[in-house]
Amino acid sequence: MALNMIVCVKQIPDPEAPPATFKIDSNTNKVVPPQGIEPVISPFDAQAVEAALRLKDVHGGKVTVISMGPASAKDAVKHALAMGGDEGVLLEDEAFGDSDSYVTAYILAQAIKKIGEYDIIFCGRQAADWDAGQVGLGIAEILGIPSVTVAQKVEMMDGKVEVERVVENGYEVVEAGLPVLVTITNELGEPRYPTLKGIMAAARKQLTLWQANDLGMGPDQMGLKGNLTQLRRLFVPAREGTCEVIEGENLAEAAVKLALRLRETKVI
Amino acid sequence: MSAYRSVMLFGEIANSSLASITRELLGAGRKLANDLGEELFIVFLGNGIGNIGSEAIALGADKVYVVDDPLLGDYRTDPYVTVMEKLTKEAVPQILLLGQTAIGRDLAPRLAFRLGTGLSTDCVELSIDPESKLLMQVRPVYGGNALAAMVCEKARPQMATIRPKAMAPAVKNDSHHGEVVSVPAGLDSSQIRTRILRKVKQEAEGIKLEDAEVVVCGGRGIGSAENFKSLEELARILGGAVGATRAASDSGWVPATIQIGLTGKIVTPNLYLAVGLSGSSQHMAGCSGSKTIVAINKDPEAPIFKAAHFGIVGDYKQVVPTLTEKCRELMAK
Ligand SMILES: Cc1cc2nc3c(=O)[nH]c(=O)nc-3n(C[C@H](O)[C@H](O)[C@H](O)COP(=O)(O)OP(=O)(O)OC[C@H]3O[C@@H](n4cnc5c(N)ncnc54)[C@H](O)[C@@H]3O)c2cc1C
Ligand SMILES: Nc1ncnc2c1ncn2[C@@H]1O[C@H](COP(=O)(O)O)[C@@H](O)[C@H]1O
Repeated sequence: MALNMIVCVKQIPDPEAPPATFKIDSNTNKVVPPQGIEPVISPFDAQAVEAALRLKDVHGGKVTVISMGPASAKDAVKHALAMGGDEGVLLEDEAFGDSDSYVTAYILAQAIKKIGEYDIIFCGRQAADWDAGQVGLGIAEILGIPSVTVAQKVEMMDGKVEVERVVENGYEVVEAGLPVLVTITNELGEPRYPTLKGIMAAARKQLTLWQANDLGMGPDQMGLKGNLTQLRRLFVPAREGTCEVIEGENLAEAAVKLALRLRETKVI
Repeated sequence: MSAYRSVMLFGEIANSSLASITRELLGAGRKLANDLGEELFIVFLGNGIGNIGSEAIALGADKVYVVDDPLLGDYRTDPYVTVMEKLTKEAVPQILLLGQTAIGRDLAPRLAFRLGTGLSTDCVELSIDPESKLLMQVRPVYGGNALAAMVCEKARPQMATIRPKAMAPAVKNDSHHGEVVSVPAGLDSSQIRTRILRKVKQEAEGIKLEDAEVVVCGGRGIGSAENFKSLEELARILGGAVGATRAASDSGWVPATIQIGLTGKIVTPNLYLAVGLSGSSQHMAGCSGSKTIVAINKDPEAPIFKAAHFGIVGDYKQVVPTLTEKCRELMAK
């Protein structure tokens, strides 16, 4: 059975950029985008795209990629299309800015309702900027569909999904009917690289652009006005710490000194 | 908002006793309840829960809700959200706290959306703002590069999940009194839309990583599954356990269950030996609470040296064998 799949992807500042490049503007409580480091598709979201494409490889179907964000977020959508996604939707409106998890889930759910047909919706386990891990479950709740989170494997079995959900001491295999929302974790494995052919095809694709009024969202439902949580302060924690670097004639001697130092300080 | 009373906790059970996260929830919750002059409630859901009420009361709970039902045996989203929605609507707490655990990560967001309220996940600090009386929720963001202080002004309960090992556990006080209330689940199995087909355990042998007093953690620099064995030997001699960074577990050298960090396990041992890992903020989220951090890394500029107390700059292959031998000798004394 061909599957109708939707993947939600967010564009974020590169989470693996060197910590020294990380800066906050304390007047606006916002991160200052680092010079020369391009924003990326959130890594778990690239894996969510991968999860959808693996199912498409086996069962066929359609993968629609959707992102809410500034104009630059089209690059995250295009990346997913270059990986093999079929259609892209960009939700861009100034009024969407500063939305919290609650409002973001509403906006995405409205867009998904407008798309209409879906068997499986994929999200990342958490967006690697705010690491909230809320939006996927929120979308499922708003749409009234079941959810399975932190999945490392998703398969179809007799018209249902079988999902390996990672837990503290291993994983459990969870079965759910369609439609369903699944959130993906890095244990799924590396997302595929876009091929040259994929990149060219994605470049030609026209994204669907929707704004607040296309989604029937009123001004009080979005951004700071609609948020249920309020940010009071964003700051870089103070890091103290002086490292005692242990040296020696050679590394073996340093190792001996380290062991003795740990004994001396009663650490071992 | 004045109709909202009490601080409520979602308790978890491990080996028929309170899970460590639950003691931490009780520690944090008791303080908040005292600051607000409110009662502290805790909820346990499960099948065949047994007598854990008195333990929770001795750790500060004023009221313990127990919901015991065969449909609550394994954690599943639908029945847990349904029961928690019902209990929350009855008890109308001002504040509802859960652990940032496998269960809490799944339950808390869906419950918050069901209740129409705001949630901050993975908080490391909770307090009552003296002026507004709102719950101030501090959580790491941007992989731990920053902290965000959040409040929930407009909706109730104010919801948060707490990061394991970030808050002090409650201290036992046998003279504290409280009551245990049994509540029927009132579930209908047709409302449960998922089924657990099987569970697969992938636990490492030996001391549990989360409980170990010494953790030897290897990163990408270790290079192979084979090389990880040298860390096992060092961990064994020190009576500890081996952990890994995501780079190491994603490479397939070790199982994902020993990954330490933001999306892995949180450890706070006496001694954390960081070998061949750079010290990314997402990794440090899982180990920065360790008492003593020792770094072995060939790159003197690696961020791990900013977090470490002791360090050796060099190839771990030339350090670990001698370190292991010397530790063996010292531990025998
Ligand atoms: C949202 C998100 C969540 C994440 N969650 C986690 C998490 O929970 N846990 C986690 O660990 N990571 C997590 N990561 C990944 C994290 O950002 C880093 O990519 C990862 O921690 C890097 O692992 P590493 O330090 O082993 O590898 P690297 O950063 O590649 O560091 C390897 C280090 O080894 C040193 N080295 C190499 N060879 C030797 C040698 N022979 N001797 C001594 N030193 C040597 C190098 O100098 C280098 O410093 C997450 C990332 C994101 C975006
Ligand atoms: N602005 C967004 N656009 C598209 N998807 C999003 C957006 N924000 C969050 N998501 C999805 O929801 C997941 C969890 O996000 P969060 O709750 O913010 O951690 C992400 O991994 C994405 O799949």
